[in-house]
Amino acid sequence: MCDHTFVAITFGPCDSCTLNKPLMNIYLQNEPVNYCSLCVEMMACQGLTQGENLASLKAESEGLKLRLEEERAKLHDVELHQAAEKVEPLGQLVTKARRSLKGHGNKVLCTDWCRDKRRLVSSSQVTEHAVTMPCTWVMACAYAPSGCAIACGGLDNKCSVYPLSLDKNENLSAKKKSVAMHTNYLSACSFTNSDMQILTSSGDGTCALWDVESGQLLQSFHGHSADVLSLDLAPSETGNTFVSGGCDKKANVWDMRSGQNIQSFETHESDINSVKYYPSGDAFATGSDDATCRLYDLRADREVAIYSKESIIFGASSVDFSISGRLLFAGYNDYTINVWDVLKGTRVSILFGHENRVSTVRVSPDGTAFCSGSWDHTLRVRTGRYLSLSDTHTHTHTHTHSLT
Amino acid sequence: MLLKMSSKMSSSTNMANARRMVQQLRVEASIERIKVSKASADLMRYCGEHAKQDPLLMGIPASENPFKDKKPCTIL
Repeated sequence: MCDHTFVAITFGPCDSCTLNKPLMNIYLQNEPVNYCSLCVEMMACQGLTQGENLASLKAESEGLKLRLEEERAKLHDVELHQAAEKVEPLGQLVTKARRSLKGHGNKVLCTDWCRDKRRLVSSSQVTEHAVTMPCTWVMACAYAPSGCAIACGGLDNKCSVYPLSLDKNENLSAKKKSVAMHTNYLSACSFTNSDMQILTSSGDGTCALWDVESGQLLQSFHGHSADVLSLDLAPSETGNTFVSGGCDKKANVWDMRSGQNIQSFETHESDINSVKYYPSGDAFATGSDDATCRLYDLRADREVAIYSKESIIFGASSVDFSISGRLLFAGYNDYTINVWDVLKGTRVSILFGHENRVSTVRVSPDGTAFCSGSWDHTLRVRTGRYLSLSDTHTHTHTHTHSLT
Repeated sequence: MLLKMSSKMSSSTNMANARRMVQQLRVEASIERIKVSKASADLMRYCGEHAKQDPLLMGIPASENPFKDKKPCTIL
């Protein structure tokens, strides 16, 4: 459900029609003005070129879409899994559950790893390695790069930043700072390369970039036609872009500075719950309610792989790559985690253990472990490795882990 | 007057949306693309170059494992 409402910071006389209305703060020739939404729409139509009407625009639209399809098809000379035929196949994944962190009656909806340490933040109260979040409606959480603060938000439509302290008795809520304000729930948040800016996505169909210190909206991203459920920033070497996925089945790539939607991909058959960049930044993976995960290459501008099986009928809620990009971990609503060989398109492992939906899967920044969070109120941290096919040990294909 | 306003509003909204869509599609149509074979080769090369540093692929010696158990884990 998306309402294209905007955050109205002011209410007053419109600079154009002088009526008292909620105002949009826009820039005309670099001058800030306040127009009501009706005047903004009227102004958008004033630049019509000669003879342009709705029909001609629609025809041009259709023509461009066809051209896009043709251009993309011309370059579709091979499938990724065909190109990867000669790559050495992976053997069995052996994982070891290292930690199981039980919550106090809350579904785990989101987790994030701290960049340098082995700490996790999650939306439920846990012990040892994780930080308590002071609310039960949190849908998104993120560690600041410095490890000194966390951002979280959810049904309150906001994203707030909490500084972390070593003093366990300190009341974190007292120091919280509201940064982002949307007109619907906050679905995801992420710090950019510093503690100073946060990128958010929302059920209101938009993404936004905020300054943490002032709470000011720096850039907004419009283009989704329904709730945006997930976002991921490109690895820093590849520049200022991010990808978002939503209920409109689209994955959009954005330029953070201009707010421009650079590329758009619409091949999923249902909501996209999770998006994640491939470690090189040249591609990204998605997990969807259509029970598939897909890989989209940015330079080929198309989908290059689908990770699916007839036996998998439940939606994928969360995806993440191992640090070489060879493995894709995906959590599903049938309580399992499937591990895919990204290049060959095959499933190399299925992990059981959770007693309810897996809502989030995150690989640690150094790649040594991955953690899965679930509606069964637990966070499980696992390490593992692949046995090559020539390895003399034999293991059963699937493992059920239980911790004493 | 109100009727005129609302029909003007809806037609202007449709026009504005249609213009936005055409502009967006023009941007998307103009980007440079490469062949899937080249893109695949790059993805494969990245995997190959980084495989040795991927602990979930290669495993890590027990002494370096930050998550090493203090007590044994039961695998059923």
